[in-house]
Amino acid sequence: MIHWLLALAQTLLFIAMAPFLLGWIKRVKCHMQNRAAPSLWQPYRDLGKLFRKHVVLAEQASWIFRSTPYIVFGATVVCAALVPLVAVDLPTAAIADVIVLVAFFSLARFFTALAGMDIGTAFGGMGSSRDMMIGALAEPVLLMAVFTLAMTASTTNLSEATTYTLNSGLVLRPSFIFAMLGLMMVAVAETGRVPVDNPATHLELTMVHEAMILEYSGRHLALIEWAGQIKLMIYMVLVANVFFPWGIATRLEANDLAVGLVAIAAKLVLLGVVLVTWETVMAKMRLFRVPQYLGFAFLLSLLGMLTHVVLETGG
Amino acid sequence: MSPLTLAYLALASALASGVLALGADRYPALLRYGSSILLGICGVFAVFAGAWALIDEAPTTDLLALGLPWLKWHLRLDPLSGFFFAVVGLLVFAISLFAPGYLREYIHPKNRQALSALGLFTGLFVLGMLLVLLADDAFVFMISWELMSVSSYFLVAYQHQHAANRRAAFLYLLMAHIGGLAILLGFGVLSGFGGGFTFGAMRAAELSATWASIAFALAFFGFGMKAGMVPLHAWLPEAHPVAPSHISALMSGVMLKVAIYGLIRVTYDLIGDIQWQWGLVLLIIGSTSTLLGVLYAMLQNNLKRLLAYSSIENIGIILSGLGLSMIFIGTGHKILGVIGLIAALYHILSHALFKGLLFLGAGTIAHATHEYDLNNMGGLIRRMPQTAVFFLIGCLSISGIPLLNGFISEWLTFQTALQAPVLESGVLRSIIPVAAAVLALSAALAAACFVKVYGVAFLGQARSRHAARAREVDVGMRAAMGLLAVLCVLFGIFPSTVISVIDAIPNLLLGAGPPSATARGWLWLTPISPKVASFSAPLVLVGILIFAFISYLLLRKRTVDIRRGHAWDCGFGSLNSRMQYTGTAFSMPIQRIFAPVWDLKEEIEETKNAAQPLHTEGMRHQLQALDRSWSRVYEPIGHLVLVAARRIGMIQTGSIHTYLAYSFFTLILLLWVVT
Repeated sequence: MIHWLLALAQTLLFIAMAPFLLGWIKRVKCHMQNRAAPSLWQPYRDLGKLFRKHVVLAEQASWIFRSTPYIVFGATVVCAALVPLVAVDLPTAAIADVIVLVAFFSLARFFTALAGMDIGTAFGGMGSSRDMMIGALAEPVLLMAVFTLAMTASTTNLSEATTYTLNSGLVLRPSFIFAMLGLMMVAVAETGRVPVDNPATHLELTMVHEAMILEYSGRHLALIEWAGQIKLMIYMVLVANVFFPWGIATRLEANDLAVGLVAIAAKLVLLGVVLVTWETVMAKMRLFRVPQYLGFAFLLSLLGMLTHVVLETGG
Repeated sequence: MSPLTLAYLALASALASGVLALGADRYPALLRYGSSILLGICGVFAVFAGAWALIDEAPTTDLLALGLPWLKWHLRLDPLSGFFFAVVGLLVFAISLFAPGYLREYIHPKNRQALSALGLFTGLFVLGMLLVLLADDAFVFMISWELMSVSSYFLVAYQHQHAANRRAAFLYLLMAHIGGLAILLGFGVLSGFGGGFTFGAMRAAELSATWASIAFALAFFGFGMKAGMVPLHAWLPEAHPVAPSHISALMSGVMLKVAIYGLIRVTYDLIGDIQWQWGLVLLIIGSTSTLLGVLYAMLQNNLKRLLAYSSIENIGIILSGLGLSMIFIGTGHKILGVIGLIAALYHILSHALFKGLLFLGAGTIAHATHEYDLNNMGGLIRRMPQTAVFFLIGCLSISGIPLLNGFISEWLTFQTALQAPVLESGVLRSIIPVAAAVLALSAALAAACFVKVYGVAFLGQARSRHAARAREVDVGMRAAMGLLAVLCVLFGIFPSTVISVIDAIPNLLLGAGPPSATARGWLWLTPISPKVASFSAPLVLVGILIFAFISYLLLRKRTVDIRRGHAWDCGFGSLNSRMQYTGTAFSMPIQRIFAPVWDLKEEIEETKNAAQPLHTEGMRHQLQALDRSWSRVYEPIGHLVLVAARRIGMIQTGSIHTYLAYSFFTLILLLWVVT
């Protein structure tokens, strides 16, 4: 029972911390680009404001449009529950593995794209079409990176895989480096960050994710935004904990959990800086350059896989 | 009373349904109600017979006093045929609910069609499919196979007023017979070694590796042709869509599976000694079919054609699963082979359900709007709310979204593929993950494809007058779709229960079941071991329900403050339905990325006013995405056959003297050979 409670607590922590992580990223980005930075709590204030506001629905909106924010948020929360954040071996990690996690992301994408087309404006359709294109190319990359990991650790269970990396000590695995690079590139594409998409713009020609959710307002928009922040955090935690698991709690004791908490916070802070640096030095790409970007990510993941097969298993 | 008795009752009802329909031209009610009820009874009997055979595990056999004097009909119902029997029965039952409402249009005095033909051939078609599954000797198998092919030919040609349909039907018949020929030759090889036409003799036959491979190649070609694998698939998207929609559902949903049944029966059961090279061939062709199928589907705007192409994709997934299974069995990893086989079987079940559902949905839309083109639909979610829900479940399921049945089979296939490191050969170890990546790409593309279908057909604003006036269909048609939709959900949430039933099939064929797939009870699915991978759909569902309940409690009081307003139109005034994204526009990014896959013909016509040359008055855009297998495979072969026929025709002089000379020289030659 205590395990389930801890798992629940970890999931709640995940949901609660996601806006803070975004606040941190925004703040570092502002500093790096010589702009005045907003407070770290700004994302919470934005969410609070949206939750208080009235919802304005388009006349044509059907139940798909109204239920999508809840479905997207729900699917993202399920994903957050599956990822080991502070401790491994929590019971929620066993109810579904990393393939299910990827599939839940695609559930969220499916409904967001449908909601984009529900109103029948050109913007929504454009966003849906583009997002499904990016998603279709990103998903195999993501799975290839995950498969490399799964074949090395011979498990698709995230908690088991993390334990495996933890136990195998500080060994240099070329396959992991490739897989990690692939995963990071695809994470940038999937969470709609520069250079694939720009969350800060509403320019017709460039927006992808923002175009789909253009008609949302009030608490619907808040849920979608929050889900986006959780998704970003899931990807960062995946990179942080699967490839650099050190510090994560293996026993459920207060000391270990505290160390785990500090460790993951430090890792996320660092990864945030990496992401900001990447976003600052890159420029937004044209839409039809994105397939090349994802193709490169796919190549990296494939290399990782082949390196594993050729170099690391022998024979 | 045995499962076989129930199966006979199913066969008899199918036959009776066909015969009863003969009077339908005079009394249409005979077809709408009489035939449909008998088909429904047939479906129920088939489901029970199949389920009984699956649970009972022991095969039941029978000898009927029909057929040749020295070869009576051998029939047998074992778990493998029982599984397929149940799948066919489920879909037949669903269409029997659907048909009465759907056929109203065909009975309408204004466009009355030959109803007796429709009813008769539907009955015979179902009879043929069921009999193929029962066959225990090559003779019955081929007879019922031909019954299935020929009766479905008449259904494809049913609306023969259109030249395109006649052409599609002819192509279908031709391909069915080329495939049938290969199957017959395959049986020939097996019976040559086994010394008899019964499957029992073929099972006992000892084949050398080469002859086994030849038999496999012939069977694979024949059954693969019928199942629509790439590059032999071009007939399928021509033939399946032109039949009436409930027949399309049967053809795509279960007739393709009967071909897969034949492949499994011949390879796993009759030949027995599986070689891993066969698995590799299956895996490569399966992956290609998966990817090309979904890409071709992506660019279609005719809903039924799109669904037919998507069947090719799903057959590809099934073939990939079987391929993985054969690779593992051939290299001595039987347990992993079992899991691959179960993944393929699960996808057979899933695809029958969701493709049946989607084809019935297409039929419903056609019934309500008289439209097949996606770009003339739109906004149907408001006009047909229940159909919209069922169709959405079908779309989610086919896209491999979790908690629906399509995801389970995909997940199992991935799990099998991830066991590649146990293989010794480095080539196999690297090909299998790449095949898995192709599968992942196809699944994601399928999701894009069905977002397009649902978004363009059901969401947005109506794009035509017919769509704007569509009305919800009658209760029988909705019940048929509802039944399949509920099954899609159930089989997605309780996979372990289903697998613990169908593991009778690997027990029968391979003598081993999945050791731990259901070891932790109905709640957990753990194909290899709990440590490697586990998935508990019921627990995930419970989690989601708890979450939904909490958020409902939190947000319940605030549902009042929703205001309706205009959608954002950039300040240019009213939006109209022509401003929405069309199906073609939606798939354009994918079309641009994968351009070499299709023969694309794009035409843009501009009409200009002579007085103002800079001003464009109208524009017309036409995009044709042609299947490359036409120009690359079908046309060259057709050409070759014509040229060869012309050459051979040269010896046909038409004069009796020459023919006498031919006979004389042949005789001399044969005498010389014999001595």
